[in-house]
Amino acid sequence: MLDVKGIDTYYGLSHILFDVTLKVGAGEVVGLLGRNGAGKSTTMKSIMGIVPPRKGTVTFNGENVTGGKPFMLFRKGIGYVPDDRRVFADLCVDDNLDIVHQRSKEWDKERVYDLFPALREIKARRAGHLSGGEQQMLTIARALMGSPDLLLLDEPTEGLAPLIVRDLEQQISKLRDAGISILLSEQNVRSALKMISRAYVIDNGRIRFEGTVEELEANEEVKKKYLMV
Amino acid sequence: MDSILAFVSPGILSQILVGLSRTVILFIVASGLSLILGVLRIPNVAHGSLYMIGAFMAYTVSHLFGGGTAGFWAALVIAPLGVAAVSFVAERSLFQFLYEREHLMLLLLTFAMSLVFGDLVKLIWGAEYRSVPVPAHFQGYINLFGGLPFPIYSFFLLVMGPVIAVLLWLLTNKTKIGKISRAAAVDREMVGAVGINVSWVFAIVFVIGCLLAGLGGVLVAPTVSVTLGMDHTLIIEAFLIVIIGGLGNVWGALLGALIFGLTQSLGILIWPQFGIVFPYMAVVIVLVFRPTGLLKSTW
Repeated sequence: MLDVKGIDTYYGLSHILFDVTLKVGAGEVVGLLGRNGAGKSTTMKSIMGIVPPRKGTVTFNGENVTGGKPFMLFRKGIGYVPDDRRVFADLCVDDNLDIVHQRSKEWDKERVYDLFPALREIKARRAGHLSGGEQQMLTIARALMGSPDLLLLDEPTEGLAPLIVRDLEQQISKLRDAGISILLSEQNVRSALKMISRAYVIDNGRIRFEGTVEELEANEEVKKKYLMV
Repeated sequence: MDSILAFVSPGILSQILVGLSRTVILFIVASGLSLILGVLRIPNVAHGSLYMIGAFMAYTVSHLFGGGTAGFWAALVIAPLGVAAVSFVAERSLFQFLYEREHLMLLLLTFAMSLVFGDLVKLIWGAEYRSVPVPAHFQGYINLFGGLPFPIYSFFLLVMGPVIAVLLWLLTNKTKIGKISRAAAVDREMVGAVGINVSWVFAIVFVIGCLLAGLGGVLVAPTVSVTLGMDHTLIIEAFLIVIIGGLGNVWGALLGALIFGLTQSLGILIWPQFGIVFPYMAVVIVLVFRPTGLLKSTW
């Protein structure tokens, strides 16, 4: 489904990603784990075309989409949930969902609200006035409105209370059950391990480890060195 | 209604109303400028040129249609659309490549554009004064409040102001493009990341903003002589209005235009020789106390 091959990404002159290669198969939930500043968000942004890579290729559903405009990638079926949330603060919850480009009828507002019932109750409220957890739900809901085949979830549990994190984990599992592939970046390894089947560990812009959850659990060196577990 | 005249002298009241009708023109032009400033983040100095082009197009269209009443109404519809077409070409061929540039560059570039537009107007319409006649049924005066003579055309402007304000409110709050543009004003990257082609959204907003400038030009045409240079004074005023109202805030543009228009007309009444100074003093006073403008800026 998603095939990232040897991408190098820069912010201006600073070289952030070095030869990053990763794959997400259909229906798979894959973790992208690493510390703060390791390159997780930049990897997401490179795939989404927000910070286009200078080298390497991004292939999605068999099509080379390297450096495509974000809106084209969304229309091809990649949903992006940024780590800093970025809800449209001036608009109410309903409008945040309404303005999204819907590429099919698979997901609509009703289905999204069924997944996040809490949002239905505050649908007339301005997004800027929501709590952190509500905003996080809204950004996921917003990405779902495009009926994505693949979700890029960038640190969805960051800064949220443990109880809300648990809810979110369940909802993410539901998305997996609905057949959406997910690339999930997390610092919070313990939370991530519950949801993912495979993981990449990234540090200083390089992929340091790839393997199944069991392999990662068994690899004390990687956990200590890059994940501080 | 006689009671109003008992408290306020007819002279002051009619001056206020004339000020308000001037406010309408300022509001229409400034709201377009504010829309573009808020969503596209372009301080478009060439906005005044589109106002001038609107006025000249009104002249041409009204003469094509015989110069009478039909000419005026045709101009009111066709000239703003003509300005919109001009701005669409300018946006697709030039402005769309500049959104990421820094503001100083944009100021210089749009200033250059205003010079280019000015010369184009000179080439097409020449340097003479032109006039657009007031349509027959808007000539003369009506009696307001039982005895206050007031030009019918100014009264028509007073009606147009709220109509445009309501239409703008509907556009920004009730239509999808309005909601998208409000989101894009704050986070255009994220708007792109939910599948919206921001480039076209910007084009549409730019064209709507310029259409408002053109509409202002058409509406002002019967009250002034249409001439080269009418863009310069107006663009300064429009920028001041947008700044005191709050950058990018359409309601700020309304409030700013009210302050500007009323201080101007009342200033003339209080101290005729220095009447023109009053609105600028009002701007200074507002900015001393509210440096970011009266209403919430989108910047």
